Amino acid sequence: MEDIEPLRAGDIVRLSGVLYTARDAAHARMKREIEADEPLPFDLEGQVVYFTGPAPARPGHALGPAGPTTASRMDPHSPMLVERGLRGMVGKGSRSEAVLEAMREHGCVYFGAVEGTAALLADCVKEAEVIAYEDLGAEAIHRLFVEEFPAVVVNDLYGGDLYREGRERWRR
Amino acid sequence: MREIAANSITEAVRDLCIEANTRLPREHLAALRRALGAEESELGREVIERLLENAEVARERCVAFCQDTGYAVFFVELGSEVRISGGDIGAAIDEGVRRGYDEGYLRKSMVKSPIDRTNTGDNTPAVVYYEPAPGDGLKLTMLVKGAGCDNMSALEMFTPAEGLQAMKRFVVETIERAGPNASPPLTVGVGIGGPFEKAAVLAKKALTRPSGEPNPDPELAGLERELLDEINATGIGPAGYGGTQTALAVHVESFPTHIAAFPVAVNLDCHSHRTASAEL
Repeated sequence: MEDIEPLRAGDIVRLSGVLYTARDAAHARMKREIEADEPLPFDLEGQVVYFTGPAPARPGHALGPAGPTTASRMDPHSPMLVERGLRGMVGKGSRSEAVLEAMREHGCVYFGAVEGTAALLADCVKEAEVIAYEDLGAEAIHRLFVEEFPAVVVNDLYGGDLYREGRERWRR
Repeated sequence: MREIAANSITEAVRDLCIEANTRLPREHLAALRRALGAEESELGREVIERLLENAEVARERCVAFCQDTGYAVFFVELGSEVRISGGDIGAAIDEGVRRGYDEGYLRKSMVKSPIDRTNTGDNTPAVVYYEPAPGDGLKLTMLVKGAGCDNMSALEMFTPAEGLQAMKRFVVETIERAGPNASPPLTVGVGIGGPFEKAAVLAKKALTRPSGEPNPDPELAGLERELLDEINATGIGPAGYGGTQTALAVHVESFPTHIAAFPVAVNLDCHSHRTASAEL
C-alpha cells in the first residue's frame, strides 16, 4: 500500500517485480471460483494484474510480444478482485465508475501501458510461467517477473484521471 | 485463361501474415514520424517514439508488432481470366493463415462463435471479401484487424435530410466515445453509401489505402482533411494520454446509395496499423 500512495495520475513509472496476466476468459473463471467459494489461483493481496494475452514466444525469449488489452472488458469483474486485495492493474483504456470507486475505497491504482509497444514490453519480462488455466492458451494466467516495465499512472487513489485531464488540457 | 496454383496462393498468404504483423507499412511509419514532429504534448511524443522503436525491434527480430495479431482480413481482386488449379481459393487462403500464424509465432485469436468461445487454434477462418476484376491477375490485400479498435467502431443509418453534417458529427463522436480504448493515434476508415453492409465493408477497405493517401475525388479528399482536423482537436492524443495527434489519417470511401438513405460506417484502426499486399 505504501508503494502506491505517493503515485499521482500522469506519473511515469517503471514496474519491477511480479505481474499476473489475466484477460477476458481468466477473469470470467475467477469470478466463477469466487462465487463458488473456491480458492483463486493466486493470493490477490498486494498483487498487480496485467491485462494481456501474449503472442507465442520465439525460442530464447521468456514471453512473446505482450502489450495491454482494453481494460473496460474486465470492468464487470475487477471490483471483486480489488475488494480482495488487488493493488494494481495494468491495461489500456478507460475504466467504469464502479471500478474507480472500488479502487478508491480499497486502494488500487490503474496503470496504462502502450499496446503498440508489445515487443519492447516483452523485453522487460525476465521470467514467465503459466500458473493456472493452461487450457486457455494465451488467456491462461502467467506469473511474470518484470524489470523496469514502463507504465503511466492513469487512475490514482485520489480521483486523478490522466485520460480525462489529458483530454481536457489538449482539447481545442 | 491463366492458371494459378492454389498452393502458390497459400504461400503468398503465409508470407503476407508474417510480413503484415512484423513490418509496419512504410507510409504508416512516415505518418507516425510526421505525428512525432507535430505532437505538442511531451507524453504524447514519448508514446510515438516508443511506437517507432517497437516497429524497429519487431522488424529486426521478425516478431509481432502487437500481441493482438487480429482477424486475418483479405480483400481479393480476382481476375475474370484466372482459373485456380489444385484446390479451392478459400481453403488455400485458410491454409496460408494457418501456416503464417504458426510459423510466424503469431497469436491465435479466433473463437468458434460469439457463443461457443472455444479457440479455433490456428486463427482461421480468414475473413475474405472477393471482388471480381478484369484481366488475368490476382491481388491479395491483407489487413490485420485488432479487436480493441474494431470494438469501438460504429454504423449509423442517417436520412438524406440529416446529411453531411450528421455524418461529420457521427465520425467525431465515434472517436470521442472510443477515447483511449482504440489505442490512438488512429487510422480512421469511413464508408458512406450503399445499403447497410456495404458501408461497413467500405469503411474496412478504406483502412487498406496507403496511410494518408487522399481519396482521388477532391471533394472527399477535402472532407478527409476536415475530419482529421476535427478529430485532432478532441485532445485525446497518443495512447489517450492527451495531445494533438489523435489520428494519423482519415480515409473516406463512397458508394452510390438509395434515394432514402445516407449510411455511414466508421471503422477504427489502432496505432498498430498493419496491412500488406501481394500480386500473383
